Amino acid sequence: MAAVQETIDQVKSIDVTEYKYGFVTELEVEKPAKGLTEDTVRYISARKNEPEWMLEWRLDAFRRWKTMTEPTWSRVNYPPIDYQDLYYYAAPKKGASPKSLDEVDPAIVATYEKLGIPLREQEILAGVAPENRVAVDAVFDSVSVVTTFKEELAKAGVIFCSISEAIQEHPELVKKYLATVVPVTDNYFATLNSAVFTDGSFVYVPKGVRCPMELSTYFRINEQNTGQFERTLIIADEGAYVSYLEGCTAPKRDENQLHAAVVELIALDDAEIKYSTVQNWFPGDAEGKGGIYNFVTKRGDCRGKNSKISWTQVETGSAITWKYPSCILRGDGSRGEFYSIAVSNGMQQVDSGTKMLHLGKNTTSKIIAKGIAAGKSDSTYRGMVSAHRKATGARNFTNCDSLLIGDQCGAHTIPYIEAKTATAIFEHEATTSKIGEDQLFYCLQRGLSEEEAVALIVNGFVKEVLQQLPMEFAVEAQKLITISLEGSVG
Amino acid sequence: MAIVTPLKTAAEQQLVQQYADSKAELPGGPAVRKLREDAFAGFEAKGLPHRRLESWRYTDLRTLLREARPLADGVAVTAAVKARLDELKLEGLRLVLVDGVFAPELSTLNAIPEGVSVQSLAEALVSAREDLTRILAGPSVGNDDMGLALNTALMRDGVFVAIADGVELEQPIVIVSLASGEEERAVFHRSVVLAGQGAKGSIIEVSEAAGTAAQQINGAIVFETADESEIQHVRLVTRQQGATVEVQSLLATVGAHAKFDSFALVANAGTVRQQHFIRFAGEHSEIGLRGVNLINKTQHSDVTLIVDHEVPHGISRELFKTIAGGESTGVFQGKVIVRPHAQKTDGGMKSNALLLNDGATMFNKPELEIFADDVVCGHGATVAQIDGEQLFYLMARGLPRPQAEALVLQAFAGEAVEFVADENVRELVMAEVESWLKAREAASEVSTV
Repeated sequence: MAAVQETIDQVKSIDVTEYKYGFVTELEVEKPAKGLTEDTVRYISARKNEPEWMLEWRLDAFRRWKTMTEPTWSRVNYPPIDYQDLYYYAAPKKGASPKSLDEVDPAIVATYEKLGIPLREQEILAGVAPENRVAVDAVFDSVSVVTTFKEELAKAGVIFCSISEAIQEHPELVKKYLATVVPVTDNYFATLNSAVFTDGSFVYVPKGVRCPMELSTYFRINEQNTGQFERTLIIADEGAYVSYLEGCTAPKRDENQLHAAVVELIALDDAEIKYSTVQNWFPGDAEGKGGIYNFVTKRGDCRGKNSKISWTQVETGSAITWKYPSCILRGDGSRGEFYSIAVSNGMQQVDSGTKMLHLGKNTTSKIIAKGIAAGKSDSTYRGMVSAHRKATGARNFTNCDSLLIGDQCGAHTIPYIEAKTATAIFEHEATTSKIGEDQLFYCLQRGLSEEEAVALIVNGFVKEVLQQLPMEFAVEAQKLITISLEGSVG
Repeated sequence: MAIVTPLKTAAEQQLVQQYADSKAELPGGPAVRKLREDAFAGFEAKGLPHRRLESWRYTDLRTLLREARPLADGVAVTAAVKARLDELKLEGLRLVLVDGVFAPELSTLNAIPEGVSVQSLAEALVSAREDLTRILAGPSVGNDDMGLALNTALMRDGVFVAIADGVELEQPIVIVSLASGEEERAVFHRSVVLAGQGAKGSIIEVSEAAGTAAQQINGAIVFETADESEIQHVRLVTRQQGATVEVQSLLATVGAHAKFDSFALVANAGTVRQQHFIRFAGEHSEIGLRGVNLINKTQHSDVTLIVDHEVPHGISRELFKTIAGGESTGVFQGKVIVRPHAQKTDGGMKSNALLLNDGATMFNKPELEIFADDVVCGHGATVAQIDGEQLFYLMARGLPRPQAEALVLQAFAGEAVEFVADENVRELVMAEVESWLKAREAASEVSTV
């Protein structure tokens, strides 16, 4: 009960409509002219000092993108995006490629401190700050400003750096794996990302290595009218294990901002990747003004036998979310997992879910999706589970539950379950309901206020997913969920 | 995404020609004519449904209908038709359609119960009943479906049954739709059933082929049931050629405090697409849609349904059981819509499939679309094999494998069949299921997974 009270106090200390991370950091930035042409692509590539093959790769993607049309099948509405009215690159002027944290603009360091992201590894190592051994790659607008704990990770043989750095330092790995999970022409936003991606993380865990600490990226959009196009590539070689966390925030602005990321995970034989996201982009104000458009392609490839990829996501932010972290279960005996909490309030629109594509023999997958819709928001679960003819013994369990708070929100479920092998066992169940009156009554009777009661019930509703998150994230996520639902009760 | 050019296939062009040739002689006054024109204009704009349309994702009519067969336009009472009718032991009012055309001479019109009026659809269309155009336009949820639009444009005949207020039928009304099957033909028929306030009864639809030629059948049945009515609909799609393509639409608008149930059995058919468009028009009503699909060889059974909760306090239940062997394909696409303000809706949808051997495929897409908060809605979908433990239990008691399988499968199908309220009809349905299973057993077919 104490934990619940803590959550309630936390909520009370925050203004209802106040997005905690909505501040702006005033910085001198460098950005090209607005708009997207081949020159923009060349500019980005030149700024990153990329080799010729990378530029060609980007230009190819850009040419393909020009021939594509924006998809409209998702259950979200937004005014047409003017792709020529965006900045595709924004970098803080000082410390674009700092050698150490001391060279980073103090304003940025201060920003991350304000966000509660520890960048000062010395302090952590010296025991000044609380023990929280998470290596962070901090991405500010279009560039990675700092990656912590690099040396220590290097000792274990783990490569953890920004993707720009990886293109310079480890071109053979990038060439071998980039776009092998999400092909350049996979979809409109992925192709756009391929042309103009600016930064993101690169992780390579060598054979048999268990990554000694959690890895994490923190994305921050700061500049106005700026799209963020991040690209993350994580490779777990045979028998390796890595747990990766991702967090994101943006300032409160009136206009919508675009975030179109591509994340690719590759797990070779017996490897395991655990990818957790707490997505807290600015969701727009109560009238739906502003907020981030989060159009993301995330896909993991269980390439090796007995490999495992697990996605956990807590989605509380973004004006619009369009995101389907998926698993291609290619290796025999591989396993895919998807745990998701999607909380929407105000005018938010969420169209999210997963795909589990069973290709190898005896592959298994599990999907737990919890949607909570409040206010005037719309939440859609869209998922696919399919078993190829040769995927004998495929096994899936799916559970998607939606909770509705208020009579103006919507919750939808659109699952595709396709079994092309008779040896598949697929189970799917979905429910939609509001908070049970008997549950509420029970809590109220025991002296909880209605708000406390709802918080308690909601936390119970999402517990299954929260349990999958690393400890610190779980606490944070629980608070986030409660805050996101503020003002939706009563 | 490439734009699909409509009306490019031979079948589509033939349909355009057929409509142009026959529209003058298709029955109906100006209002009906307008309805046909509008529907066909919709078809001309969109063409035959294909897999890139979400609702036809798994049944590509454009590929299935390579050629549009000539329209059937008269009753062909062949020996085979007569023989089959004699076999069908169905008491009470029997209304017979041969190749989609009402055959009064084969029907038992002397058995029309009191309070029930029967007319051929062609007559009804000509008589220009003012409510008929509205009823034929159907619930809005099915309006953009091209399978239904083709039916509206080309429907030739069917039956029009009206059950007066308060009438309780003692025996089911049976609509037998036989394809004479001497030649390959396209059949477009539609029947309408109006149930008055408090009316109760069962309507059985039997769709079979007497001959051996493959058919293209596009049938529809429209129910409009008034407040406090209790109507049961049972459809049997059986005894057809593997190459027959059948599209069956069920449209129902259900009044307040009413019950509407539909059960459909598909066994020994070709490609069958059943689409249900159901609308709650009044509060405190209950709707149940259930079915059993027994498919084998290259057969294909698609059940696509939309249940539209427009008003509060509606209860809907869907339960479909698919048993797929051979190279067959089962499809279940269900969508439950709960509109804003349709509070206190209770919806439950379930699709269970058993795949008997590799080669069989099942596609499930159970959807919920909910805009009201005070609801309890859920769906479940499973795909699996015959439970090894159940088989072991039976075989340990001395049953040979084929028989043990038949028993398990019978129980599996029976879970849906038991919802058929009329005892005689339930037995009829179960007999069809058993005969399908017997045939499988006789062929010593056993599950290979």
